[in-house]
Amino acid sequence: MIRFETVSKVYRSGNRPALHEATLEVKPGEFVFLVGASGSGKSSFLRLILREERASAGLIHVLGQDLGRLSNRKVPAYRRNLGVVFQDFRLLPTKTVFDNVAFALRVLGQSEAYIHDAVPEVLGLVGLGNKENRLPHELSGGEQQRVAIARAVVNKPAILLADEPTGNLDPATSAGIMDVLRNINAAGTTVLMATHDTAIVNDMKRRVVELRDGRIIRDEAGGEYVTRANPIVDVSDSFPTRADSQPIAIEPLDFDPIPAFDPMSPTSEAIDLSYLDGIGEEPL
Amino acid sequence: MKLNFVLLEAWNGVRRNVSMVVSVILVTLVSLTFVGSAALLQLQISDMKSYWYDKAQVAVYLCTQYSTLGACDQQEVGAEQIAAVEAQLGSTTLAPYIDKWYFEDHDEAYANFTEQFAGSPVVDLVTPDLLPQTFWVNLKDPTQSAIVFEAVGGMGGVESVIDQRSYLDGIFSMLNAASLTAVGVAVLMLIAAALLIATTIRLSAFSRRRELAIMRLVGASNWYIQTPFILEGVVAATIGSVLACGAIAGIVVFFVDGYLASALPATSFIQLADVWFVFPGLLLAGAVLAATSAYVAISRYLRV
Repeated sequence: MIRFETVSKVYRSGNRPALHEATLEVKPGEFVFLVGASGSGKSSFLRLILREERASAGLIHVLGQDLGRLSNRKVPAYRRNLGVVFQDFRLLPTKTVFDNVAFALRVLGQSEAYIHDAVPEVLGLVGLGNKENRLPHELSGGEQQRVAIARAVVNKPAILLADEPTGNLDPATSAGIMDVLRNINAAGTTVLMATHDTAIVNDMKRRVVELRDGRIIRDEAGGEYVTRANPIVDVSDSFPTRADSQPIAIEPLDFDPIPAFDPMSPTSEAIDLSYLDGIGEEPL
Repeated sequence: MKLNFVLLEAWNGVRRNVSMVVSVILVTLVSLTFVGSAALLQLQISDMKSYWYDKAQVAVYLCTQYSTLGACDQQEVGAEQIAAVEAQLGSTTLAPYIDKWYFEDHDEAYANFTEQFAGSPVVDLVTPDLLPQTFWVNLKDPTQSAIVFEAVGGMGGVESVIDQRSYLDGIFSMLNAASLTAVGVAVLMLIAAALLIATTIRLSAFSRRRELAIMRLVGASNWYIQTPFILEGVVAATIGSVLACGAIAGIVVFFVDGYLASALPATSFIQLADVWFVFPGLLLAGAVLAATSAYVAISRYLRV
């Protein structure tokens, strides 16, 4: 489904390769986590699969296509087989939830009749069946990401790429997003997800591919974010340590919080604001 | 459905930057009006050429008693010399080139002169003996005046041989220079129009960069992404071209056929019926210009 053979990627301005002789095979229906620190090459990996970039060296085969030989003209048709989700959702702010998802079908020239069948179905799948007519800014972050996922899979792609889809979300919301991704994967879509999120990776117990400095340093099935054999970041070498270093004790706050201002309460007028004198001209 | 969506996108683009679209319309209007004017001027020149060149004759001026030019030595041309020139003009060698010719003596020349300059004080100063006797020659092909020069130019009693076309050539080269100037201005304006269209489309694309990015991600075809932008440019430029056609038609009807024709009644001027074929050319030029510059501008956003 996805096969990398000693793939390297060097950016024109960079002196260090973003990806260095990476070799990897992903089988149909797999759920793969790409983990690693920022700058370890996760995003380059996804961009190469998306054919936003060409590999500097090595072979990339996705869905039977050799991406090195894929002409620019054929890239749009190729991308119809991929769904993509980003950390920042990338929704169109002036379009409703329905239109955001429908946009992906409209630009491919699908009929309105098909769109009116397919969009509610996929919104139901991501758990937003009742929010078709909302605008993105009326939704929570988790809901916005669900819209983005709906848009990515409405075209029934074979592969879903997710670049830190939970990066902007709290743990509870992230868990909901992961349920959606798990369901999509269970329906047969191959999912490739780059993430920093330790808890998610450890919960899911799926294949984990770890990158560091553009190299694949770990690839294990049912893995966790950190293993004993391969700690993600070993900071002990990077910082000078003192022999007598002590853990820093964090002391509790030792002042009374300012009482909340309540305009309806007669006592509020008595709050002494004199301590603000000289701090600034701006009113509270 | 797909076409509707594309047209809707193009219309939204036009609506979203009205001021840029208006400036594209104006620049296209001005530049294409210059292009059209240059074309009109060329048409007028060729019209006048065929009109005047048909009337243009070669004049063989004979010596007067005052003339010192050519073969003259302040001696009135003699009867034998006139007969010799006449014989030369009537010879079989020249016959294939000459349509007709006739002789004008002092009195006829004076009569023509007073008629031509009636009311001018110069008439009082001129007497018949000042005006040379002349053979007027109409050529079958007015460009072949050199033959007459060769045949009679050096003969006794011939003061000079003048092709009237040489007077016209001065006027025409002036008109040509004017039309070249118009073309030069038009070219500059067209470059400005092309750059302005490209900038407008880039702005339009920038304001829709989210949509463009998503379109590219979900695999919309390049055709689908480009077309609204190209249409946007073409629509604006076409409005400008239509206005330019209106301006050209106005120039022809009100200025050329209205003002110029009444000011210079002796000259034939182009009519609207003679210039209509310029209009489709202008429309096509505007559309092609806009489509090309919009295409170049938008293709930057399609690089994958």
